[in-house]
Amino acid sequence: MSSTIPLNTQESPPFLLDLIYRLKVKDVMTKEVITARKETPLRQIQCIMKEKWITGVPITDEEGKRIFGIISMDDIIRALDGGYIEDPAERWMSRNLIVLEEDMPLQFAISYLDKFRYGRFPVLNKDRELVGIITSRDIIIALLVEANKEVEKLEQRIVQPPSRPGEEAWLLYHVRKYDFENAGKASAGLKKLLMERNLDPKTLRRVSVAAYELEMNLVVHSDGGTLSFRIGKDRVEIEAKDKGPGIADVEKAMEEGFSTANEWIRSLGFGAGMGLPNAKRVSDEFTIESRLGEGTTVRAVIYISPSSAS
Amino acid sequence: MRVKELSEVLGVEPIQPEFEDAEILGGYTSDLLSDVMAHATSGSVLITIQAHKNTVAVAGLVGILAIILANGRPVPEDMVEAARKEGIAIFRSQETQFVLSGKLYTLLTSSQ
Repeated sequence: MSSTIPLNTQESPPFLLDLIYRLKVKDVMTKEVITARKETPLRQIQCIMKEKWITGVPITDEEGKRIFGIISMDDIIRALDGGYIEDPAERWMSRNLIVLEEDMPLQFAISYLDKFRYGRFPVLNKDRELVGIITSRDIIIALLVEANKEVEKLEQRIVQPPSRPGEEAWLLYHVRKYDFENAGKASAGLKKLLMERNLDPKTLRRVSVAAYELEMNLVVHSDGGTLSFRIGKDRVEIEAKDKGPGIADVEKAMEEGFSTANEWIRSLGFGAGMGLPNAKRVSDEFTIESRLGEGTTVRAVIYISPSSAS
Repeated sequence: MRVKELSEVLGVEPIQPEFEDAEILGGYTSDLLSDVMAHATSGSVLITIQAHKNTVAVAGLVGILAIILANGRPVPEDMVEAARKEGIAIFRSQETQFVLSGKLYTLLTSSQ
């Protein structure tokens, strides 16, 4: 029944550490606690465990609020072994209870599970009333749910990596293959940021065109990848980097009107063979590196200060 | 001519009426989004049959004020929602892109 949760509180990623301190025991615990009375026979508790698929039953008063002890599956096994399964719970229940308080951070529950080697801990409120029970299963589910939410955010939204010297901002977006739902969001994010900086409309337009075309290329042609925007004092650098499939003939791909897009993509108004030429036309620097079977990296740079603009 | 007047003068059905009213500076007719991206100008009306939310994304980036969907194309709700967020008007017409473009062109050039 004892289980160690592999979350070393020192070396875990900051996200997990934040999480296990931010979540409280009450956010994670099971609130509907199945309890038994002092006089309940162990046999009956065994049946409750089997029926409800649980491994520990707190022994409480009638209201289920005051806790006197707990009967675990181990106690039941011992009772079967020792031939006293018909005895009342009171006689065999564990009385030195280790309990958690509902407002404690989840981290307490994790370290208790490791320290005390119990499978579950009753949770009490400030008035010492039983309000829940927490098991490693509850914790794992909560962590998975939260981690999933975070992954979703990372995939769809901006990650804000630390800027390099000379960079005012660096945005990174993950772009999925055929994700027409979110297509254009990265470019819209970049445009918004540049509008806040009062970039002149013509340059803003050029940046938007390059960003959007490269974003759509990732959606339409790649197996997924990242789109990053580095905004410096005098330039905006757009990099579209994908995981494949690579371009067979880069020169051909740069020709206006040449496209490998399929019918349904064309019916949406994409795949007209204008993406790369458009992006190149509006860029001051433009490079493509591609290896078939490996992937493609397209870099487009647009100068933004009047002194260096083309 | 302003966006608000479009529905009356062109006889187009307003689909997404929450927009910032502004003076219409031009028009563009295309179903290729890259083409719209490359050639449509800010402050324009876009006449297209591409009734999906990627059209709104392009319109937002280009600075298009209103989208007119030709041939009575059905408009998906997520497109309307996206346009509402961007403040871009959507209208619909049973007429073809050719007819709509002709009418709009005449209106825009005569009002100048």
